[in-house]
Order: sequence, then structure tokens, then C-alpha cells
Amino acid sequence: MTTLAPPVARVRKSASSSGGRSGSVTWMALPALLMFIAFGVVPLVGVLALSFTTWDGIGTIKPSGLTSWKATLSDPGLPHALWVTFLIMALSWAVQTPLSILIGVFLAARKRYRGFLAVLYFIPLLLSSAAISITYKALLDPNFGLGAGLGIPLLTQDWLGRGNLALGVVIFVVSWQFIPFHSLIYQGAVRQIPTSMYEAAQIDGAGRFRSFISITLPQLKYTIITSSTLMVVGSLTFFDLIYVLTAGGPGDATRVLALDMYITGFQASLMGPASAIAVILVLVGLALALVLRRIGGGSNSQSQLEGA
Amino acid sequence: MTTTLTRGTGHGTQPDPGALKPTRHWHLKDLNWFGGSFGWLWLVIVMLPIYWIVITSFKAQSSYFASNPLAPPTTPTLDNYRLVVESEFARYFLNSVVVTLGAVVPAVLISFTASYAIVRAGHRSRFLRSVNALFLMGLAIPLQATIIPVYLIIIRLQMYDTLLAIILPSIAFAIPLSVLVLSNFIRDVPKELFESMRMDGATEWGTLWRLVFPLTRPALVTVTIYNGLGIWNGFLLPLILTQSPEQRTLPLALWTFQGQYSVNVPAVLASVVLTTLPILILYAIGRRQLLSGLTAGFSK
Repeated sequence: MTTLAPPVARVRKSASSSGGRSGSVTWMALPALLMFIAFGVVPLVGVLALSFTTWDGIGTIKPSGLTSWKATLSDPGLPHALWVTFLIMALSWAVQTPLSILIGVFLAARKRYRGFLAVLYFIPLLLSSAAISITYKALLDPNFGLGAGLGIPLLTQDWLGRGNLALGVVIFVVSWQFIPFHSLIYQGAVRQIPTSMYEAAQIDGAGRFRSFISITLPQLKYTIITSSTLMVVGSLTFFDLIYVLTAGGPGDATRVLALDMYITGFQASLMGPASAIAVILVLVGLALALVLRRIGGGSNSQSQLEGA
Repeated sequence: MTTTLTRGTGHGTQPDPGALKPTRHWHLKDLNWFGGSFGWLWLVIVMLPIYWIVITSFKAQSSYFASNPLAPPTTPTLDNYRLVVESEFARYFLNSVVVTLGAVVPAVLISFTASYAIVRAGHRSRFLRSVNALFLMGLAIPLQATIIPVYLIIIRLQMYDTLLAIILPSIAFAIPLSVLVLSNFIRDVPKELFESMRMDGATEWGTLWRLVFPLTRPALVTVTIYNGLGIWNGFLLPLILTQSPEQRTLPLALWTFQGQYSVNVPAVLASVVLTTLPILILYAIGRRQLLSGLTAGFSK
């Protein structure tokens, strides 16, 4: 047997020698693969399996068929959590996208004072969600916060105590935290737009506003898709921010899907139903990614500089 | 060559479109006025809370309620900082450093070798193509959703309430995006360079370190910074996978501190400042690298 091995190896080697040696690199992918399987793929399969069991997080895990799914799907909290998740996703996208594009375009101009502004703009990127939430919680406190201290009645509302207001605060804080990152992406993209396009537009007599509408925005198409994908899929993971800021409240006004999963699983000790919610979360994420990819046309290879 | 590798960062390669001389002055004025005032307005929105955090953290708790919240403290005090430091801040800081380094370094290394394998042999190996597809799928899935089985696995491995419990899932969660960004950059390394390395008799391992590593350094910095920030600021994994105060990382410590001292707003804000300070210092030192690094992989 052993004597047969070398020729086989030689054949394989010569067959693939056109593009360099192969086979010898496969092992380099194994450490990452093993880690990802152990703490990514296995848990993903595991969460589906756990959704068909009953478990309190400590004791033994008992298979229980569809009990958890029945409990989850009949819970009126689920459609509510889905709705809140969707609302925060859509509204924070609608707030962040135009502002990020404006700031990105604004910062793309190479002016020194804007470079200085950029240094300050990007500070929120560095703060943890926990730190940001704690700050806003203190800042918006109706008794001890900014509004009370300044004596401005408009600011002394019970921001986190009323459903719609709390939702608005979450969207504001999310935007405050993530607009810098998306502006940074747009800034980079705007700087890649060929100057020749603006020159051509100028010869045609287009003003700056017209150039923005007819050149900048269309040229940013793929960046808008990338940034939107990050925003939308990212919005499913706003767990820590909302947990620290409102803990899902008041009532369940800001109880998004991820938070619903955590509270059901780790506070109410219902790991089965919590796993079912997690499965729904995964499905929502996958569906969104597919939809966004369809919108993007999946044609990233197509030149973005066509007509340049 | 560097320009092909760093084209995502757009450093000074093209003249600024906004610097062009306008033909219609009134139009330009309109937009500049709008853009300019909006820029300053956004600055206020960003800086006001940060300014408030910093000045309040130097106020005594008693004077905090009495004074104008936006006025700087009349008698600045370090008491709040003393309180935070005495609450075992150093330990939480050390925990965060261990978790961040312990997760980012291996995550970037194994993602780097995996990206190399995928780019070098992916077109020939069905196996490597499916590995890549698996990682890409990981990008679309909110990995937080897998937290319950991760918790179960960590318990079964007898690692609950250790720093390793945070490190291992952090490594796994960092892999998909790292591989995506790194393989995009490795693909930009010209084929001829690989060929000449091969002619010189270099092994794949040698090619990886002597050719690809230096050429993809910007991308490696990108993923290191991006993952580092995410793990340093991570909250969910420490919350679920640890329990005792000795294993707390900074964000979690911040949250428990806020629970303990919620009325003492200046002390809470001092803890916010202290937990952010290390990153702010890094930001001050390596701002350019950090900002261009953060998005180099995204604006491709």
C-alpha cells in the first residue's frame, strides 16, 4: 500500500502545478474552521435542537417535542417583539442613512477644519454600548438630568418612562453611536469618485446640488447597500444598548427580539422557548441578508465607475 | 503596489471633488451654508454629552444637583475617580486586556492563515470553497442568537465563570468578517509575486509570512482594530458566561457600578471616563491608522 502512495501524490501535484502547489495549504484553514464549528456552527444547530426541549438552564435537558414552540408562537409577546425590532430597524435606518451620507460628503472635502471636526465626530465609535447607555440614562433623567438642571420643561420629560418616547430615545442613541461609523464608510467612498465626473458635470453647467443628486448619490449606490446591510443586520444585535438603557421597558415598549430571548432564557429560565425565539432571530437575519442581496443585485463585480 | 492594497482607504490619491471651482456661485453658497451649519450642529450633538460626562465626573455629588449641569465645576474634585479606582477598577481593566488580547491575536492569526488557504487554493479545492461559504454565512447570522448553546457548551467544558469562556466564543465570532476582509486583500497581491516566491523554492508557509504578511499589513491592522474594539466593548458574553466579580470585564463592571451607585451620577460618569480612557489614548496616538483601518475593508 505504502509503495503506491507516492505516484498518486505525484500525479496530483503535477495536475495542480499550473497555479502553484496546492493541498499543502488546506491545513491552514483548519484552526479557523474548527473554532468556527465549535462555537458557531454547533451552537447554531444546537439552538434548533434546544428549541425542542425543556431546560431551566441548570438542571437536565428534557426533550419535549413542540411544547416550547407552541408556547413561543402563542405568546402575544412574540409579534410585539418582532414589531418593535422592525420599528427600530426601519426608523434607525431612515435616520442614519441620510445623515451618514451628508456627514460623509461633508467630511470628504479636504479642508483642514473638517479634518479637525472628524476627529471629534468619531469619538462615539470608541465608546461601549454600555457606557453610552449609562450616560444617556443619567443625562435624560427627569429629576437629576440635563433638563432638570437647566430648568427647561421640554427636556424634563420622563424620556425612558413612556413607551413612544423611550423608543425615540433608543433610535436617537443608536444613531448617535453608529452614524460616525457609517459616515466614515461614506467618506471613503465619496473620495473614490473620479474627479473627472464632476468636471464633466461642471462643463455641462451643473451646480453643486445637482452634482450631488446626479453623480454622488448614484456613485454611492453600492456603499449605500453595504452600509444598509450592516445597519439592518446590526440592528438585530442591539442587545446591550437597549438592555442597559431601558431593559426593554417601559413595559415591553422596547423589548426587541434579542432582548426577549435573553429575558425568556436567562431571567425566566425558559431556555426552550428562548431557543425558539433565537431560531426566529436567525431566520429574520438570514431573510434580511437575502433580501438586501437581491436589492443589491449581487453584482459587486460590475464596475462602479462605469462611464467614468 | 501599496495603492492597490490600500485603495479602500482613499488616502490622498485623488483630488477633492469639492475643491473644484464652481460655475454657479449662488448654488455653491446655498449648499455650503447648509453643509457648514449642519456640520457644526452635528458637532454639538456629538460633543455635548461627552463634554457633560467629563465635567460632571469632576463635580462633587452634592454640588452636582445644585449647579448648572453645563457649567464646569467650581471646585473640581477627584473623589469620584478615587471611588471608581477603589472599586477594583484595575482588576476589571486587566481582565479586559486579557480577554481582548487573548481573543484578537489568535482570531486574526487563524483568520489570516485561513484566508491565505482560501485565496491560494480555493479555486481548486471544493473543501476550501465550502469553508469560505460557511464563513460567509456566518456574516448573515446574528451570532448572539447562538448564545444559549454557547452557554451550555461552556458549562459542559467546565469553563463557566472564567475569562477563557469569553475568549473562545469571541474568537469564533470574529472569524467570518476577518476572513472576508483579509481574503479580499490577499486577492490583491499580484500573482507574479507568488510565482517568483515559488521559483525561489519558498514553501507556502514561507510565502505567507515573507510575502503576504508584509503586503497585507493594512488589512491585518483593520481586522485587529475592528475586532479589538468589539471585544473590548463586548457586554453580552461576559454577562452570560461569567458570574463572579473577579471575572468582570470593564463594560460589565460599568453596568454593575451604575446599579450600585445610580444616584451618584458623578461617580458613574467617572467610571465611564475611566473605562473609555485607554481607547481614547490609543485613538489620540493612532487616529489615522485607526480610522482608515476601520473602514478599509468595507469601502472596497
